[in-house]
Amino acid sequence: MEILISQLFAGLSLGSVLLLAAVGLSLTFGQMGVINMAHGEFIMAGAYTAFTVQQILGSAGVSLLVSLPLAFLVGGLLGLILEATLLRRMYHRPLDTLLVTFGVSLILQQLARDIFGAPSVDVRLPELLSGPVMIFGTPVPASRVFILALTVVVVAGLSLLMSRTSLGRRIRAVVQSRELAEASGISSRRTDALTFFVGSGLAGVAGVAITLIGSTSPTLGTTYIVDAFLVVVAGGIGQIRGAVIAAAGLGLLQVFFEFGTTASIAKVIVLVIVVAFLQIRPQGIVATRTRGLA
Amino acid sequence: MTTTATPPATTTPSTTGARKLPSVAEGPGVWTTGPRGALIGLGIGAVLLLVVAPLTLGGFGLDLLGRYLCMAMVAVGIGLVWGRGGMLAMGQGVYFGLGAYIMAMHMTLADTTLEGESIPTFMRQNGVERLPELWGIVQHPVIAVAAIILVPTAVAGLLGWAIFSRRVKGAYFAILSQALAAAFAVLIIGQPVLTNGSNGLSNFQSLFGWDLDDSGNRLVLFLVVAVILLAMLAVTWQLYRSRFGELLVAVRDQEERVRFLGYDPALIKTVAYMIAALFAAIGGALFVPVVGIISPADIGVVPSIAFLIGVAIGGRATWLGPVLGSIAVSFAGTQLASAFPSAWVYLQGLLFVLVIGFLPGGLASVIGLLRRRRPEGRGGGRGDGSAGAPDEPGDDPQDTTREATEPEAAR
Repeated sequence: MEILISQLFAGLSLGSVLLLAAVGLSLTFGQMGVINMAHGEFIMAGAYTAFTVQQILGSAGVSLLVSLPLAFLVGGLLGLILEATLLRRMYHRPLDTLLVTFGVSLILQQLARDIFGAPSVDVRLPELLSGPVMIFGTPVPASRVFILALTVVVVAGLSLLMSRTSLGRRIRAVVQSRELAEASGISSRRTDALTFFVGSGLAGVAGVAITLIGSTSPTLGTTYIVDAFLVVVAGGIGQIRGAVIAAAGLGLLQVFFEFGTTASIAKVIVLVIVVAFLQIRPQGIVATRTRGLA
Repeated sequence: MTTTATPPATTTPSTTGARKLPSVAEGPGVWTTGPRGALIGLGIGAVLLLVVAPLTLGGFGLDLLGRYLCMAMVAVGIGLVWGRGGMLAMGQGVYFGLGAYIMAMHMTLADTTLEGESIPTFMRQNGVERLPELWGIVQHPVIAVAAIILVPTAVAGLLGWAIFSRRVKGAYFAILSQALAAAFAVLIIGQPVLTNGSNGLSNFQSLFGWDLDDSGNRLVLFLVVAVILLAMLAVTWQLYRSRFGELLVAVRDQEERVRFLGYDPALIKTVAYMIAALFAAIGGALFVPVVGIISPADIGVVPSIAFLIGVAIGGRATWLGPVLGSIAVSFAGTQLASAFPSAWVYLQGLLFVLVIGFLPGGLASVIGLLRRRRPEGRGGGRGDGSAGAPDEPGDDPQDTTREATEPEAAR
């Protein structure tokens, strides 16, 4: 029983990290058709933001609170710059955005290497988050509980943003029909930029969260980007609900198979499952119905 | 459905090209050399690689060039699937790695036998006492070669069919192929007993009984590599001119229409993907004796994507562009990477941004851009539209049909 709970929790915890990494991606990928490989590097930027803030402020607790919004800003600004300089020109070429943003991610990684050095750095945990917490009598790391909670807050916030605010309405309108949205007086260009700001900002937040469970290195982004993409693809592009289900599912599957085999085998099995799953539902878990042929 | 009137998909070339489907090989974006041009191209290549290079380059230079040629084999395949087929294969490192690891396993075993041991040193260090069965299979050279050819092709066939027959395409395919590369690298690192983990396999003495330290043997090895690459080029040239090549381009540009004409796009795409996998595997297999080491660092996500940049620079849809671009990038890489490692990474990143963002047809399209200024106009003039330089959309009434048929790709 204890094993089951701790395994379940480990799966959900992994899923929440994946979701945090993927939710911004889902927003930009799904809503704008832009595949941002540099999203992983925005995560890394968020992680280094947390590191830098802690270097300056010292106190682990305060710096965590400061770095969450700050990393959102850092990621968001990076995203804005990327959108304005490059991606805006290439909305019709999704595959090419993939490669262009890969180039950007190479550059950002090297920048991080030149600024912070290639070896990984560690962010100290606040007292409160360093110990274990008991859940149903099973000890689990408090930092992971915090991440789980943070993910819930972020995803709930994003759903509210999409469903209740005028920005969310505009984003949905542009996604459904760009022309019609523009004809109704919505600046699709500004909406794109804002979407990108929010999506990339969430990457920054994910970066801060990841510092709580591991060390930060220039290649941090590459570890998460592929899994994040899988979450987006399996969940159905642009579907927050789908991303939540897919992230939880992939996290649980990964941990489940890891239990029987090794982490690397589990990873391969999970990929096979995703490919097999796309056989059944090529459009992902949640998909908007279209009358398209594809 | 969404976005603007521009054809949404990956490569937006020439709805013009697709409209005159029968002559697609002459259409924009798929400029194919005629038989004479191909002979001249292959002839020049043969003279350069088989005569000039061995005469002018020393042993070290030849080894380097041989390494570039092995990488170029992967590029030929990428040109086929990506340039002609519109499938962004971001995981070719997997097939490169499969070929390379099979070859490396065989060579390690052969060396072990020469030394009179029964299992490779690294396994002994890992405490293994019996040779794993996976290794035992490739002990015989014929089986090893067969495995190099069959295993990657079969994997690509299975995976390609699974993906393409369900009409998973565009970005989905790219991401899956990338995930495949990630998983493969993780798998290899995670099995140190079988693969020596992230150290990879190295220190080979011989290939099929030939001493690899002997300079004469190394020359022969280089010549073999060069001949195989030239043969691949001849094959792709023939493919590009064949009905298959035309269908491949047609699938890239208008998959639905090809389907409506009664062809099965999934089959066409899968075959192209298998050929590319085979080329990559052969490149990988030759890479091992030429370079002398294979490790997960050569086959993961980043090296897999790095294969693409040379192809993009050379002109992804052209015949020789991918090879030339790939060799140029490899050359620049070795020259710069040792002297200015960080500058090389910046340059690589910049190349991706600039070439793919602003010169999607690669350097080959520069000729086309110049030609475009001629009065003959857009139809024949766009040397390489493959990447759809944002060409004035909306003037083609068929754009709308296309969007109606392919909403998925637009998103």
